[in-house]
Amino acid sequence: MNINLTLIGQSIAFAIFVWFCVKYVWPPITQAMAARQKKIADGLAASDRAERDLELAQEKATQELREAKNEAASLIEQANKRANQIVEASKDDARKEGERLIEQAKAEIEQERHQAREALRKEIATFAVSGAEKILETSVDANKHSEMLDKLAAEL
Amino acid sequence: MAADTPVEYIKHHLQNLTYGKLPAGYERADGTVIQESTWTMARSGQEAMDMGFMAIHVDTMGWSIFLGVVFLTLFRFAAKRASTDTPTGLQNLVEMTVEFVQGIVRDVFHARNPIIAPLALTMFVWIFLMNSLKLIPVDYIPSVAHAMGLDYFKIVPTTDPNGTFGISIGVFLLILFYSFKIKGPGGFAKELSFTPFNHWALIPFNLVLELLALIIKPVSLALRLFGNMYAGEVVFILIALLPLWIQWTLHVPWAIFHILVVTLQAFIFTTLAVVYLSAAHEDH
Repeated sequence: MNINLTLIGQSIAFAIFVWFCVKYVWPPITQAMAARQKKIADGLAASDRAERDLELAQEKATQELREAKNEAASLIEQANKRANQIVEASKDDARKEGERLIEQAKAEIEQERHQAREALRKEIATFAVSGAEKILETSVDANKHSEMLDKLAAEL
Repeated sequence: MAADTPVEYIKHHLQNLTYGKLPAGYERADGTVIQESTWTMARSGQEAMDMGFMAIHVDTMGWSIFLGVVFLTLFRFAAKRASTDTPTGLQNLVEMTVEFVQGIVRDVFHARNPIIAPLALTMFVWIFLMNSLKLIPVDYIPSVAHAMGLDYFKIVPTTDPNGTFGISIGVFLLILFYSFKIKGPGGFAKELSFTPFNHWALIPFNLVLELLALIIKPVSLALRLFGNMYAGEVVFILIALLPLWIQWTLHVPWAIFHILVVTLQAFIFTTLAVVYLSAAHEDH
């Protein structure tokens, strides 16, 4: 319990420890702590930003999806319309073609009927002439009576 | 132990291992008379007292320097490996302590001075470590020392007034230094003369009051720490005198209580030192 040189020794030791702490201990520790604080703050800010980015991206994605859907819908509609048009057009064509064919057939039928009638007429004319010859027992000069025969034939 | 009666036991435990100068013609404890003044280890409390100022407490110095080196080595080690990555183990402990001290300094010290925070850290951790030695049972280390031929060994440096006054004198010198530096000699003198009563007639009264207040700062710092630690130590020694089978009933609660006291006293010393230094930085 005596006061002695220990007092001074203790003061000197204290001074040396404080000096060492000021110079070599405190600065690196506090710097590292401050740097870590900044790093963490930056990290948090970055994560906030990323979250916001993600939100924006999601929004954009939904919008694009919606647009794509709309586009697809309009494409399908167009295609349907076009298909209908094509169907309509081909129906039209087919009808026209059918009509044409019918017309043609009718015409052919008419023609053939005509020919048949002509042939029949000629035959009848011949029959008539030969009949008349038999009746008259005289030959009929076909050339002489052709006019009359033609008239007859036309009446048939 | 080396003591027979309780009083001797207590006295023995409270005696530092002293190395000092004995005058010529001094009759030593064992009856021999030395011819010339010599530097030697004191063999009794009386010898240690007669050595006067020219003596040194080897145990106090040894343990305090050892603990200071432990503190600085640990913290320097952590400081070297400090990185911005996730801290682990020792670094967590060191950073927690640093942050704690930073908190104290931020709360009470408002001027800018890069010395104060590391100073507070040194005081806090060093005093904490020195106080912590108290939790080692009182006979362990003295027994070892006794086996090594050392008569006295008091391990807790803060139960030695030299230890606590040594630190508080350091703080006092810093208070004076910053008072002169920040306020200037004139400003400091003016503060001492014109507070608390701002009137020229009361200058002598103010001076006496302020000088007392100034000097009381290191004294109170040192005595508070010393008194708490010394009293606690005495109680530990008294408990150690009880019969072995009952010691633990008192020793355990007292030791647990001292976990608080050890930390609290280190904290109080540090905080008050920072408060005093803060006052030294205030320029009116």
